[in-house]
Amino acid sequence: MEIERKLLKRSSLERLVDMMRSDGNMIYAPQKKETQVVFDTIETFADMTEDYIVSNQSPKFVAFPKIEKILDFSISQEGIRQEGTQLAAFPPVVVLGCRPCDADGFDSLTAIFNWDYKDELYNERLKRTTLISISCAQKDDYCFCTSVKGHPGSTRGSDILLTRFDGGDYLAEIVTEKGKALTEKYAALFEADPGIEKDKFLAEVKPRFEVEGLVQKCMGMFEHPVWIEQSLRCIGCGACAYVCPTCACFDIQDEAAVSKGERIRCWDSCGFGLFTIHTSGHNPREVQSQRWRQRVLHKFSYMPERLGVIGCVGCGRCSRACPVDMNLSEHLINIAEV
Amino acid sequence: MEQDNIYLPYLMQIEKVTDEAPFVKTFRLKFSNEADAAAFNFKAGQFGEYSVFGEGESTFCIASSPTREGYIECTFRQAGRVTTALATLDAGDTIGFRGPYGNTFPIEAWYGKSLLFIAGGIALPPMRCVIWNCLDLREKFKDVTILYGARTVDDLVYKHELEEWKSRPDVNLVLTVDPGGETPDWKGEVGFVPTVLDKIAPKSQDTIAIVCGPPIMIKFTFPVLEKYGFPDDMVYTTLENRMKCGFGKCGRCNIGKVYVCKDGPVFTLQQMKQLPQEF
Amino acid sequence: MDELKQKAKELLEKQQVAVIIGYAEGTAGRTRAVFALKPEDSEKLIFDERCKQNLAVYLMKHEVKHLGRRGIVATIPVMRSILQVASEYQLTEADVHVLGITPEGKLIEFDGFKPMEHWLSGQDVGLSAGEKDELAKLDGMSMEEKWAYWKDELSRCIKCYACRAACPMCYCIRCFVESNRPQWIPIAANDLGSFEWHILRAMHLAGRCINCGECGRACPVDIPIHLLTFKGVMDVEADFGVTAGLDAGMESLLSSFKPNDKENFIR
Repeated sequence: MEIERKLLKRSSLERLVDMMRSDGNMIYAPQKKETQVVFDTIETFADMTEDYIVSNQSPKFVAFPKIEKILDFSISQEGIRQEGTQLAAFPPVVVLGCRPCDADGFDSLTAIFNWDYKDELYNERLKRTTLISISCAQKDDYCFCTSVKGHPGSTRGSDILLTRFDGGDYLAEIVTEKGKALTEKYAALFEADPGIEKDKFLAEVKPRFEVEGLVQKCMGMFEHPVWIEQSLRCIGCGACAYVCPTCACFDIQDEAAVSKGERIRCWDSCGFGLFTIHTSGHNPREVQSQRWRQRVLHKFSYMPERLGVIGCVGCGRCSRACPVDMNLSEHLINIAEV
Repeated sequence: MEQDNIYLPYLMQIEKVTDEAPFVKTFRLKFSNEADAAAFNFKAGQFGEYSVFGEGESTFCIASSPTREGYIECTFRQAGRVTTALATLDAGDTIGFRGPYGNTFPIEAWYGKSLLFIAGGIALPPMRCVIWNCLDLREKFKDVTILYGARTVDDLVYKHELEEWKSRPDVNLVLTVDPGGETPDWKGEVGFVPTVLDKIAPKSQDTIAIVCGPPIMIKFTFPVLEKYGFPDDMVYTTLENRMKCGFGKCGRCNIGKVYVCKDGPVFTLQQMKQLPQEF
Repeated sequence: MDELKQKAKELLEKQQVAVIIGYAEGTAGRTRAVFALKPEDSEKLIFDERCKQNLAVYLMKHEVKHLGRRGIVATIPVMRSILQVASEYQLTEADVHVLGITPEGKLIEFDGFKPMEHWLSGQDVGLSAGEKDELAKLDGMSMEEKWAYWKDELSRCIKCYACRAACPMCYCIRCFVESNRPQWIPIAANDLGSFEWHILRAMHLAGRCINCGECGRACPVDIPIHLLTFKGVMDVEADFGVTAGLDAGMESLLSSFKPNDKENFIR
């Protein structure tokens, strides 16, 4: 659909939060908690912070939670009973204040969860989620969205994109049918296009590398010393994967107490040493450089080739979170140059 | 909406348990629900996720042939958390099963050709499915040779079926055990699978070779097949990388851009040679 | 630190070490570990007050270990880590060349572990005043308050295991959380899984933690997880008079028994 532009006054956004909440939506928004900015449920607009670049962890959890129950089971004299997670019980969710890169991340996740088999746990959660993003007026050295087809004011992936302009009111760009339905439901709050020049209110993020060329190059890079050179300081934790808006690797585990329990799907990371180990002890990715290569090539070669999407939105979270300063954009520039 | 949950297993009842070798068992499984049984079909080479409720899921192939209808069989070695729990179960117990997943052996394309099966150790189960499938269509093929080796005589699985194959005039069965693994009354070969393969000097003319075994056996078997002139696209194997989901999401089993769970587990040697060497 | 660069260059030129593990300038004002493999790489080496990462973690890393003999830029926590893992038979004098850095920022070299032990015995290796304050605050809490405090902190845990990966003493290839027969600890980052993981990790570090604080610094969700092992450092010193990482010949505290050991943990 064609993007519609409306004015959403700050006072109207405050009211919108109240109204969406009283209509039964869970509203996740960025909040300052001690040293971090985290997405958590808010009760009023005042709970939210607008002073942040990106949250420490991505909002991917609204559709791909760190722990998702697959089924409940019980074991009794009569035998085993199992009951799958009731998809209809997932709550309606609004994510307010995610960034354009965060919204972009859901496109990558959707590609993973829907090629071939359709993952309805993910799809149902996303279907019930409305993304009201706020474009970026700030950036830092870790941001590189414009190098991976993104932009501080990109509407892609968002249902509604807000851009704050002078005086604190917002330009609301209505991107999807879901966004449109929301503006129609709360029509009184959305006013005529303020006619502002959006770009004036966006951070400037300079492109650092040319991604199509990088993707092409990665296809022939499997055997290259660069993976060892880059990953010598990698300590093999899962921080980068867990904060990443597009990482989707998971584990399936049972948790039980004698006669009943549940089967869950929980986050996992290709950076862990035992991620691919066989029962026999044989491990196809024995050393960290192989795991680092997998991480980079999965995002910049395998996903583009198999799923038609890049597995990176340039949010920079992995690099901010890394305990040993593995800096992804620096490494990508290096790969493009070697 | 349960049918939308692709992680939800079928419930299956264990009909029969067979002890195959130390720590190796075969389960014959039947669907607990008639409708599941009616809707289910699979082809040789496919695999599934077998689960013990409370312990988790484990990946292995379907070891019975699709030509034997009404049940599936799986053979597993007790090694990890799930298989240890599986090993404690008996006939009548219920387990979970998701599948079938993955691609299949192109058996119809092999009609009119000779077949050479080469298996090592606990890798006979994935091949047993194909062997029985082909033997049940015996008139479609020329010569059938099965070379199977294990570490010791005790470690050979499907001993009763090995006897049956041995007694069949239309099957040439060669058994071998690793040096030191033989018993005083052992009448088969003694030597590693690749060495014995070289000794029997297989003819490559119009022959499909199917190889299943531990990575080290596969590595040394391929050169022998090359030596006897088997073209790369006539040699098949099945890879068994670690998996959790079975359908291309969990991110474990890929070798480069190739997903073993979706693009495999069956690959030709030609395809294997194009893969990055990370398996 | 021209002296450090010069010394590193020399060691590499004379092939006395295969690599120098040190610090270099990183991104956004951070520093990072660098691996100098060629004499000219030593130009990248820096040292200043930002250089806090415990580099000893790399001494046991597969790909670094296999480079050969390792030279390492070592502050007190790094030296103590070396002695601690040496006492656990993970490292010998022949594996490592220590380029020590004193608290004043001076280069100091040791001919083997003994002189390093001797020098360390004259250094203050205890918790800092600030760290003691943080622990005192926790100690002052009631049982319920402590529970609430850790429940809140650990609710953020994502089980990325950065705490483990950053710790030189966590060198096990298969950690107890990964052994699954039985499954000791839930794998998922739920309340039980996170609590059990961190409490048991702290237990595994009792008598081994050298209070570098790297686990807390590494945490991407800023859980002050080092306080758990620091508490162990205080208790072990109070109850057994043991300080980890000062003696390469030290017996393992948790696997040795003396008739006069206090048994005050059994109540």
